[in-house]
Amino acid sequence: MQIPASFDYVRASTVDDAISLLERHGPESRVVAGGHSLLPMMKLRLARPEWLIDINELFELDFVLRDANTLRVGAMTRHATLLESPEIARLFPIVADAERVIADPTVRNRGTIGGSLCQADPAEDLSTVCKVLRAEAVIRGPGGERVLSMHDFHKGPYETAVAHNELLVEVRFPIRPHSGSAYEKVERRVGDWAVVAAGAAVSLASDGTIDDVTIGLTAVGIEGTVTEAETLLRGHRPGEELFVAAGRLAALASDPVADQRGPVDYKRHLADELTRRVLRRAAARAGEAQEG
Amino acid sequence: MQISMTINGTDITEEIEPRVLLVHFIRDQLRLTGTHWGCDTSNCGTCVVLMDGRPVKSCTVLAAMADGHSITTVEGLATGATLDPVQQGFMEEHGLQCGFCTPGMMLTARALLDHNPHPDDGEIREAISGQMCRCTGYATIVRSVQWAAAHPAGQDRMDEMEENAGEEVTA
Repeated sequence: MQIPASFDYVRASTVDDAISLLERHGPESRVVAGGHSLLPMMKLRLARPEWLIDINELFELDFVLRDANTLRVGAMTRHATLLESPEIARLFPIVADAERVIADPTVRNRGTIGGSLCQADPAEDLSTVCKVLRAEAVIRGPGGERVLSMHDFHKGPYETAVAHNELLVEVRFPIRPHSGSAYEKVERRVGDWAVVAAGAAVSLASDGTIDDVTIGLTAVGIEGTVTEAETLLRGHRPGEELFVAAGRLAALASDPVADQRGPVDYKRHLADELTRRVLRRAAARAGEAQEG
Repeated sequence: MQISMTINGTDITEEIEPRVLLVHFIRDQLRLTGTHWGCDTSNCGTCVVLMDGRPVKSCTVLAAMADGHSITTVEGLATGATLDPVQQGFMEEHGLQCGFCTPGMMLTARALLDHNPHPDDGEIREAISGQMCRCTGYATIVRSVQWAAAHPAGQDRMDEMEENAGEEVTA
């Protein structure tokens, strides 16, 4: 039987309340969102917080709002809500692609975007999605809010820029016209972590050439996006030859680790193949997209 | 700490340790043992209960997190002696063999039908994809949920039960 070590539990009533609770209880306190990463770690005693600050009642952080050319998503928005949002599916199909393969529907009823990003598991899907969409993280602390790029948000595996007395409150996705995006993941079984996954976003100029492109990979040891492949694609018409070349560059940029999910060669092969597939789909979707 | 919640329509208040998981609270403290406890790692889904109408894995929710919420367990599916159409469907279409996964399967099916009264087989399989059954190969579970979708009031079964009045029916 897996039972967490003893802790004191407190429920935050507002974001400011959560921040002052974090300040009061110090570094041995942890915030729990959906709890589907933290609670298993606590059950295995890999995490032993003295105080657990529950932010599940912060409905003020559960929203999907369009604000001019930005889609604002509250940190406590559940995976299920992201998957069910028609606006997200239309503007950012990569999010729906990824959500469909994150854990299972029951887990998605609890897990949140903020929890996933803050857990920062190297095989986590939404971190790649947010990098590909050039999302920004809004972090609130005692001194107010700061807005970070995903690059600055992610410090490494299981590490983010969120300080102990801060809370990730919102993720902002810039809306681009004539753009499309896609995500594809290979997993050993349904709902598992990725062996490898890839995501891409493509924006087309009025002449049909690639105006902007980002490519991200999950679980192959790449911190940012695959800039070499992005540079190759920019300014050209989308096409199979380019996608093949981009896939090759993505595989070269990958630095996967051999583990129970597969050897290095296999993971590199997946990085190549999945990069081609998501570029094809993202470019096709960009071609169909009407407005931002 | 003290927590209050609605379980199967009844308001309860109990004293708990904060580290108690919802599944153990339901089984050991409330003695509602219809909710099963399986893998303990949020994989198998036999511990699924409905929290405010949505299926959740109760081995990965603290009882404290359910404070103020509404929980439905398998014991809350039937209304008096009348089974939920989902329960009837599992009887009609042999949706179980050993029965270990059944409480979670039926609750997920109930939530699915509340949300989508006419799911196709793919939608049913997707809905239960976080839950494992090692007996049925899922085929009869899908048929059971389809039976419930086709009989939203459980009418046929109720008619049959009236015809067989006097015979004991067990779930």
